[in-house]
Amino acid sequence: MLQIKNLYVNVGDKEVLHDINLHIDDGETHVLLGPNGSGKTTLLMTLMGYSNYTVTKGTITYNGEDVTNMHSNERAKRGIGMLFQRPPTISGLKLGKMLTAISRTKKENIPELAKSVHMDKFLERDINKGFSGGEIKRSEVLQLMIQNPDFVMLDEPESGVDLENISLIGTTIGTLLEKDKHRANRKKSGLVITHTGYILDYLDADKGHVMCDGQIRCHGNPREILKDIKQRGYKECLECRHT
Amino acid sequence: MPSHITTPELSKVDQERLTQSGIDLDMKNRCGSFLQMDQDVVHAECSQEGIEVLSYSNAFEKYAWLKDYNWKMVSPDKDDVTKYVAAQKNPKGYVIIAHKGSSNILPIQACLYLGKDQIQHVHNIIIAEEGAELHIISGCTSGAHVGKGGAHYGISEFYVKKNAKISFTMIHNWSENIEVYPRSASVVEENGVFLSNYVCMQPVKKVQMYPTATLKGANSVARFSSIVIATPGSLMDLGSRAILEGVGASAELITRAITKGGTIISRGHINGKTAGTRGHLECKGLILKDGVIYAIPEIEGSVVGTELSHEAAVGKLAKDEIEYLMSRGLDEDEATATIIRGFLDVKITGLPEALQKQIDASIDEAEKSGF
Repeated sequence: MLQIKNLYVNVGDKEVLHDINLHIDDGETHVLLGPNGSGKTTLLMTLMGYSNYTVTKGTITYNGEDVTNMHSNERAKRGIGMLFQRPPTISGLKLGKMLTAISRTKKENIPELAKSVHMDKFLERDINKGFSGGEIKRSEVLQLMIQNPDFVMLDEPESGVDLENISLIGTTIGTLLEKDKHRANRKKSGLVITHTGYILDYLDADKGHVMCDGQIRCHGNPREILKDIKQRGYKECLECRHT
Repeated sequence: MPSHITTPELSKVDQERLTQSGIDLDMKNRCGSFLQMDQDVVHAECSQEGIEVLSYSNAFEKYAWLKDYNWKMVSPDKDDVTKYVAAQKNPKGYVIIAHKGSSNILPIQACLYLGKDQIQHVHNIIIAEEGAELHIISGCTSGAHVGKGGAHYGISEFYVKKNAKISFTMIHNWSENIEVYPRSASVVEENGVFLSNYVCMQPVKKVQMYPTATLKGANSVARFSSIVIATPGSLMDLGSRAILEGVGASAELITRAITKGGTIISRGHINGKTAGTRGHLECKGLILKDGVIYAIPEIEGSVVGTELSHEAAVGKLAKDEIEYLMSRGLDEDEATATIIRGFLDVKITGLPEALQKQIDASIDEAEKSGF
């Protein structure tokens, strides 16, 4: 589904990502781990097509199509979606109106979907204005439910969220990624940034990657990598040059 | 139900312009109507019991006491505009009286139409007597083909008596060669509420106005809301003022201003003269193309116990907001229009739904053409 080859990315004049290579197959969910500032969010924003993130070298191929220089709305139309860690507040724009605007089929039952993530009372509220951490994440998840992307990127879906909401968000994202289906029948793929690993209880992740200093340093079983990091921190990862 | 308004001499285009100004010629959702075309009053009636819609001249023939409301809130010597209107031997305009305890659910519409090259002058007096509730939508427009241009001089005096309420929603739909000079003032008595809403999404050469509400009564309220877009060549010198005199009086002055190349001067002044009064002034401006938004918020407190605040912000569309919507699949133009629509979305407390919808419809119309 997604193929990243020799990707170098600048933010402004500074090169932040160096020689990223990643392959995510249909139905797979990958986890991206790494210390703060290592470039995880930069990678996701680049994959989403944000204009501040300039690809200086390398390619991003999605479903066989080179999307490296494609605008974010074109990527979204092709089925790429993202849960943002800190989405902007948009004064005056009601969540309900935005959901109507982004609906691809215009057939979704927005009130019902909103109710399923306890956001039905927020449809007439300005997007993210005065929302708590959990409400922001539920709003993001709701938008993804309306978008129904084939490739879902999640930037710390559990940060700022209490345990009860993690369960709701995790279960809903699990459904988005077809975790309720047998592995062989899953078509949707995901790339998840997590620090705590709580979200992994709901996502049945297939592969893990560790990013340090703008490079992917190692790959492996996500739970084993997480266990190592919890025990030893990122110190060894920072020193490790093995990829 | 009042009768359909006939305007045989108006082209379909101009009738559509009336509709865009909030005027319903079929009178389906209106309880009364006043229509002045240039200097001719062609329609004045109201079917709502206890409420009268009269031409200025008929009103003064009917009620001698109206002289006590004439030029009392606005001085005839205020400026050239007021002097011009005061000098007219045959004054035009309307008088709307909501007698004691009356109220209208369906609004009254007042339409001032400028069709020829000239100065249209009106003098309006609006009175809500004790306990009355009066809702008015005023649609002001010009013909699509007003040759060399024209001007509209409008004097409006509002009297909100004890426990009464007036909402006045003015939608301007002029054209590039029209100058508009409203001069209006209101006085609000005990527990009275005055809502003044102004919407202008279409080109105009110049608008200059600075309506003032004097809140004399205890717990009286005034809310001014302005939603405007200045196109290239437009000069919009707008403002509103609230003078808080009654104990517990409060005022809110809200402006959403967008320039696409024109100039907007957004003035505001709240004067807290009595303890226990409150006022808030808010101006938010968005510069889409090179133009000017000059916000001049003033708050003036002269006693202990008045609480006044203001916030003013002028900026551009936030790139991160546009990209956020684009990441959800909207193209750049759609994302921009969606954010602007939200920016202009001001919900006015106490305004009947029909009038709020009319304001929303004006903005929707502007959105169709991509603002």
